[in-house]
Amino acid sequence: MARAVTTNRKILNTAIAWGVGLVIFFPILWTILTSFKTEAQAISDPPVFLFFDWTLENYAVVQERSDYMRFLWNSVILAGVSTVLGLIIAVPAAWSMAFVPSKRTKDILLWMLSTKMLPAVGVLYPIYLLFIQLGLLDSRLGLIIVLMLINLPIIVWMLYTYFKEIPGEILEASRMDGAGLKDEILYVLTPMAVPGIASTLLLNFILAWNEAFWTLNLTAAKAAPLTAFIASYSSPEGLFFAKLSAASTMAIAPILILGWFSQKQLVRGLTFGAVK
Amino acid sequence: MATKHSRVAARVMLAPAVILLLGWMLVPLTMTLFFSFKKYLPLRGDSMANGLDWVGFENYTRFVGSSSFWPSVQATLVIVGGVLFVTVILGIVLALLLDQPMWGQGVVRILVIAPFFVMPTVSALVWKNMFMDPVNGLLAHLWKFFGAEPLQWLSQASMPSLILIVSWQWLPFATLILLTAVQSLDSEQLEAAEMDGAPYIKRFWFIVLPHLSRAITIVILIQTIFLLSIFAEIFVTTGGAFGTKTLSYLIFQRVLESQNVGLGSAGGVYAIILANIVAIFLMRIVGKNLDA
Repeated sequence: MARAVTTNRKILNTAIAWGVGLVIFFPILWTILTSFKTEAQAISDPPVFLFFDWTLENYAVVQERSDYMRFLWNSVILAGVSTVLGLIIAVPAAWSMAFVPSKRTKDILLWMLSTKMLPAVGVLYPIYLLFIQLGLLDSRLGLIIVLMLINLPIIVWMLYTYFKEIPGEILEASRMDGAGLKDEILYVLTPMAVPGIASTLLLNFILAWNEAFWTLNLTAAKAAPLTAFIASYSSPEGLFFAKLSAASTMAIAPILILGWFSQKQLVRGLTFGAVK
Repeated sequence: MATKHSRVAARVMLAPAVILLLGWMLVPLTMTLFFSFKKYLPLRGDSMANGLDWVGFENYTRFVGSSSFWPSVQATLVIVGGVLFVTVILGIVLALLLDQPMWGQGVVRILVIAPFFVMPTVSALVWKNMFMDPVNGLLAHLWKFFGAEPLQWLSQASMPSLILIVSWQWLPFATLILLTAVQSLDSEQLEAAEMDGAPYIKRFWFIVLPHLSRAITIVILIQTIFLLSIFAEIFVTTGGAFGTKTLSYLIFQRVLESQNVGLGSAGGVYAIILANIVAIFLMRIVGKNLDA
């Protein structure tokens, strides 16, 4: 509903919107700035914003003291593998529901959605117990499975809505030309589906990266990703603002960058196609 | 048009996802139900191998009868209600603002959306220490600047503080969805109303708001489902103290901290029922959209 407006009005809009945007972004900005301060400057009174001696020391200390790279690697592995596994399972499923729908397709989709609504805390102990029995506690494999399963409904739904947008006539045409199911999928549909699959991958990587219920409750030291690494800073020892900021900045930077690419998919993915 | 061959293939392709999700749902759910009717205190030697005592509905009545139950229900309602109120109202305002013509719209959008990508443990810790610390936090400096006595945010004003943190995380989500809805509004209708002399407030009330109602409903339902089970924010900031123990946090404490599995499982069943009541409404909306 954008309309032509006067320049004055546009200047006013711009000023207000930038002001509001900066206020909302400020906690992140402040964290990033603080990560480059010394501990003394981080708690100086009054606070310093830009004019301090920039230092990279905090980053070195955080890495040295807590082995940041190991947690980062766990996060990458957990989010990456669970997302790819989820895609491998979800692509065929979404495919078959989008292109060979049956009477039950709608029910199956809604049922899958309902599994996502199950409150995690309601099944915490059974999963905890199963993990102990199967030796999966504090293992990457166990968390990969859990993260894959909790995001599977979203992956299926996102893919389904993307696949639905591929025109069916193309399929019919390829069938007329004698393409089998395999050729149809490999050479006709896949190229058209790649953008949808890529966005699904991106959003679910982010969701898995930020997941903070199972990653906190099912890991100890070995398999703990960045969410748990940061939570360990809530102990009194972690009350060093500059180091906390450096650790936080390192934990969120990769995802902030990825997130900016995925803003459009966010709406579709998190509303299960109800808002596009 | 689908051949028999392709229908069979379709079922085979669908099977792994369905079987996995069915297992993920049924196995733990059955176990939770089972435990909820048992006395199960692993620290006092109860174990599956020795057999567990059947206690009927005792866990259910004890969970509701405990002194922490009603405060936890209240805490849950206050957090969910507070965050919904803040995010929906501010979300509408922000969506309308971002829809206005301006310079650098893309950048502002990015600034507004960014908090959604910050992992919950980070945002909770950053707010707790760098903003709400009573001595060195920025809010303390701000309070002192205006000559006021700094607050012990997370103990004296625990609920508002928690609502602030969680709202900050969820505002981008509400804004983004409402913005998508605002952008699909037919501008001719608005222009016609403007020409007929309808003031902005009337145009908003009679045209914009009804158009947004569906998106608002979706925001409320989806956020409710996620907010009912917020965990990391409480875990990191107050650990459930100062009246911030929500229903799901109470269950977490019963199950993992005090290892009363039977009692916690009964609580879990309550939480599942509660979530399902909300979910039914959401599914109805999503289901309707599926036909179109």
